[in-house]
Amino acid sequence: MSTIHVEIVSVEGHIYSGEASLVIAPARMGEVGIAPRHAPLVTTLRPGEVRVQRDGQDEHFFYVTGGILEVQPSQVMILADTALRAEQLDESAADEARKAAEEAVRGAAKEDLAHAQMQLVEAAARYRAAQKLKGKQK
Amino acid sequence: MAGAKEIRTKIKSVKSTQKITKAMEKVAASKLRRTQQRMAAARPYAEGIRQVVGHLFQAKPDYKHPFLVTRDVRRVGYIVMSTDRGLCGGLNVNEFRKLVGELRQWGDKGIEVDLCLLGSKAVQFFRRVQVNVVAATTNLHENPKIADLIGAITVMLDAYKEGRIDRLYLVYNNFINTMSQKVDFQQLLPVEAIDGDVLPQNWDYLYEPGPNELLDDILTRYVESQVYRGVVENVACEMAAKMVAMKAATDNAGKLIEKLQLEYNKARQAAITREISEIVGGAAAIQG
Repeated sequence: MSTIHVEIVSVEGHIYSGEASLVIAPARMGEVGIAPRHAPLVTTLRPGEVRVQRDGQDEHFFYVTGGILEVQPSQVMILADTALRAEQLDESAADEARKAAEEAVRGAAKEDLAHAQMQLVEAAARYRAAQKLKGKQK
Repeated sequence: MAGAKEIRTKIKSVKSTQKITKAMEKVAASKLRRTQQRMAAARPYAEGIRQVVGHLFQAKPDYKHPFLVTRDVRRVGYIVMSTDRGLCGGLNVNEFRKLVGELRQWGDKGIEVDLCLLGSKAVQFFRRVQVNVVAATTNLHENPKIADLIGAITVMLDAYKEGRIDRLYLVYNNFINTMSQKVDFQQLLPVEAIDGDVLPQNWDYLYEPGPNELLDDILTRYVESQVYRGVVENVACEMAAKMVAMKAATDNAGKLIEKLQLEYNKARQAAITREISEIVGGAAAIQG
């Protein structure tokens, strides 16, 4: 019985590595089953379940939120996403980052002003204290 | 002569500071260990995606994606990594200084720069400098998640796709070992040629859907994984620098305590000597 080597990794860590007789993955265009000596294939994954089967052993399940599936004659590589990806989600995250930048720049003006005001108050207090001391000395 | 009591309170306060710096050193050391594990954990993915991209290049060398084309530079983008908290020596300052030098060079050539800032120290610093900040993400903490970074990265990738920037660099501290960190400028876009292992024969992949869309997805993830690696390395550098800085602070506190102790002993001895001479003087006066 021939097997195919399976590697499942994500950016944040290694998930699974082992031999399988059949790997079922949720590819973008529909579920695919990959047996040994499958034709080389590259595709992206939809959120779903990856099943790794091997004769006479328990089936392994992995949930992926997306990613890339690469099949070579002797190995299957799944580069899994850890974050949920979608066009709109990415865009909303991008908007947030943009807003944060704007706030950072705008916040600058506010904070600098507050800082300057504080320095002014401090300087005025110092000046008054110096005046008082002078008065005493006379 | 400073009063003995005052010196004693000073010693006490320095001692409690020393306790804090010592604790911070220990915390940084244990966090560094965990971060190093995270660095190791990110490696398989980075290697995997590198291989896939390398294979794709070999299979389709004539395919052109915007991320692969070198354009004339009119405007550049930087993704700047920094820490969220201070007390880590000159880590951030060194990085920013180098970057400011680089920015000046672009400025001399009349090229404008867009910055994407990660970490609150960078935000605080570049507030005072006149630069164009297009994206910012703060509060990444010690355990950065790729999900937290996607927003900022997408801003820069969109800018590149739409032709607003023609180069994208990543600026981060490269973790060499606990004692040394090096500021690194890495070119993210256009993606520089990657060579994977040579494929046995001239086979090509089946692409689902077309190679066009696929390459977009794969290269986006490739860039993201590079940024993530930079972020994790930077966290490791932060912890290492913090550990070293706190160790130095602890040592300095120790030295200070020694000095103060000496001064305290002297003050006490002086007080005793004075008392004795007063007593002797008094006794002599009565006898005389």
